Amino acid sequence: MLKMFTKTLAIAAVVTFSLFISAGLASAAAPGAKPDKQKWGFKGPRGTYDRPAMQRGYQVYREVCASCHMLEQLSFHHLADKGAPFYDENFPNPNDNPVVKAFAKDWEIEDIDQDSGDPITRPGVPADGFPDIYPNAIAAAAVNGGAIPPDLSLIIPARGGGADYLYALLANGYVDAPAGFKVGEGTNYNTYFPGNQIAMAQPLFEGGVEYKDGPEATVDQMSKDLVEFLAWAGDPKMEVRKKTGFGAFLFLFIFTLLLFMTYKEVWRNVKH
Amino acid sequence: MSGPSTYEPKYAAERWLDKRLPIVRFGVDFMAFPSPRNLNYWYAFGGILTMILMLQIITGVVLAMHYTPDVNLAFDSVQRIRRDVQFGWLIQPMHAVGASMFFLAVYVHMFRGMYYGSYKTPRELLWIIGCMIYLVMMATGFLGYTLPWGQMSFWGATVITGFFGAIPVVGESLQQWLLGGYSVDNPTLQRFFSLHYLLPFVIVALVGLHIWAVHHVGQNNPIGIEPKTKEDTLPFHPFYTMKDAFAIGVFMMIFALFVFYLPDALGHADNYQKADPLKTPPEIVPEWYFLPFYAILRAVPDKLLGVILMFSAIAVLFVLPWLDTAKVRSMRFRPVTRWFFIIFIFAGFILGWCGARAPDDIAIPIGEGGMTFKWLSRIATFYYFAYFIPILPIMGWIEKTKPVPDSITKAVLSGDA
Repeated sequence: MLKMFTKTLAIAAVVTFSLFISAGLASAAAPGAKPDKQKWGFKGPRGTYDRPAMQRGYQVYREVCASCHMLEQLSFHHLADKGAPFYDENFPNPNDNPVVKAFAKDWEIEDIDQDSGDPITRPGVPADGFPDIYPNAIAAAAVNGGAIPPDLSLIIPARGGGADYLYALLANGYVDAPAGFKVGEGTNYNTYFPGNQIAMAQPLFEGGVEYKDGPEATVDQMSKDLVEFLAWAGDPKMEVRKKTGFGAFLFLFIFTLLLFMTYKEVWRNVKH
Repeated sequence: MSGPSTYEPKYAAERWLDKRLPIVRFGVDFMAFPSPRNLNYWYAFGGILTMILMLQIITGVVLAMHYTPDVNLAFDSVQRIRRDVQFGWLIQPMHAVGASMFFLAVYVHMFRGMYYGSYKTPRELLWIIGCMIYLVMMATGFLGYTLPWGQMSFWGATVITGFFGAIPVVGESLQQWLLGGYSVDNPTLQRFFSLHYLLPFVIVALVGLHIWAVHHVGQNNPIGIEPKTKEDTLPFHPFYTMKDAFAIGVFMMIFALFVFYLPDALGHADNYQKADPLKTPPEIVPEWYFLPFYAILRAVPDKLLGVILMFSAIAVLFVLPWLDTAKVRSMRFRPVTRWFFIIFIFAGFILGWCGARAPDDIAIPIGEGGMTFKWLSRIATFYYFAYFIPILPIMGWIEKTKPVPDSITKAVLSGDA
């Protein structure tokens, strides 16, 4: 009886494996050097985000990236959601979170005056989205030498290489171009960028931000922290999804075992 | 096949209802459906497919409550669902992964039908209705993939609607009529959403016919001979409801593995970028379940010929019952054709591989310079069609089949079923 059960599980495993293969086939190799695999705490079936690292990563975003790159899919209050970098259990409503309130206040938000209807700007509140940096895509391209800085809230899921790629690009990618390689005007050589010519100049330098406490702000450390933050920004429900998945599996396994036993009981006197 | 009704109402209320609307009788007789006693796990995929269809409709209806079919809002509304809607992080991947699971199960279901000869008389119409379901599923899957309005959504829609433009004379106007304009834009997205909501109910109707047909002609079985006595069959409930339920449980675990731990594994990273009509992605690849057909399309240099070949690859399935001339149904008793079938499956995987790669890349490094994916897909395409014509009809005439058991029960008792 158990033999049948394991046999079925084995078939299921083969089916799953072939799905993996087809998934692997679908993602053809991107041009640009292949980034090394890093150890990320958020990978794996029980992975979680590193909260202090995410908080430092937010600081890097705020002080370095935010002048050119948007976080289109995020509002300030998202930063204080359960599982988010600045979640505080004393403030179950993220709009009350004082840290995030202070962040929001730091930004100027375009609004309409409620009495006169005139366009005004006011300090942000947690309910606001991260504001647009450029009035439109043409303006974004114009001030950045023709290349539009991509939105960062989905940058990790939107790149085939994911976290490893972004880390490699930021931390190790900016090197001198090999002899004979002509770097186009307004672009920089980067080992990992497809085509090796990236419009963005090297953004991170040793000591570029000052971490209040925690590790030293080396290029490597800042890249890691930023990737941690952006990984969360791209998939903020990952922790709850994986946690629920564990429960779902436990349920499905026991339920399927019971179904199997019922099936065997029903068929007990039938030769087949 | 179903025989006389065995239902006897026990209570006054049941008798009252039975006289006026015999719905309970219908349900009881329906579930008592005599099924061959030797059905194996490959026969559980019908039940699995029914379950996924219901799941897709339920998750889809919920998603439609939160989704906005507008070129400026569609992409963000999907992100809102994943980030802000209660349990949206679960419903959205369930629907997206569910599409892949649907195709996985339908391919197994179809291969099972082909292996055991389930399309042979008197089940030709049952098979054809199944092919129609598959065709509508493909349309629904394609339309649905457009809705998140990512880069692959947009460019996939552009490439696939471009096929219609290849049709001589009427092609261009047909393409514009489908798109609602000269290119993929807001009218396209809105009609695709409308049709994506409509077609699943067409599938439900076709599934109704499919199940009706199978209840009329009875299920085929692994040895491919008709049940002759009462002994050869078992009532569907509880025997196959329980067997199917167990199989569904196992399938749900595979499903859950992807939903919870690998929600993006079957998708493409580019679809996390908003659609940009001015920026063509370096490679436009369809979803994995379309890759074999995509490879057939690209196997020939001429666009129109490619489109004709691709549609023929599906059309040939409809006439399969008349291409296979063999009297014996199950491949178990067809020692040579069996191998042709296994190579056919293999060719399908090869085509899928070719569809995912650039045509001019090297697939197999043999000979001078190696064989490109284009040539590999040509060989596989050739075999794909050769399997239907002439291999199947010829093998049906010349193959010496193994002896077929007298009855299902005999086969079961001797351990051959």
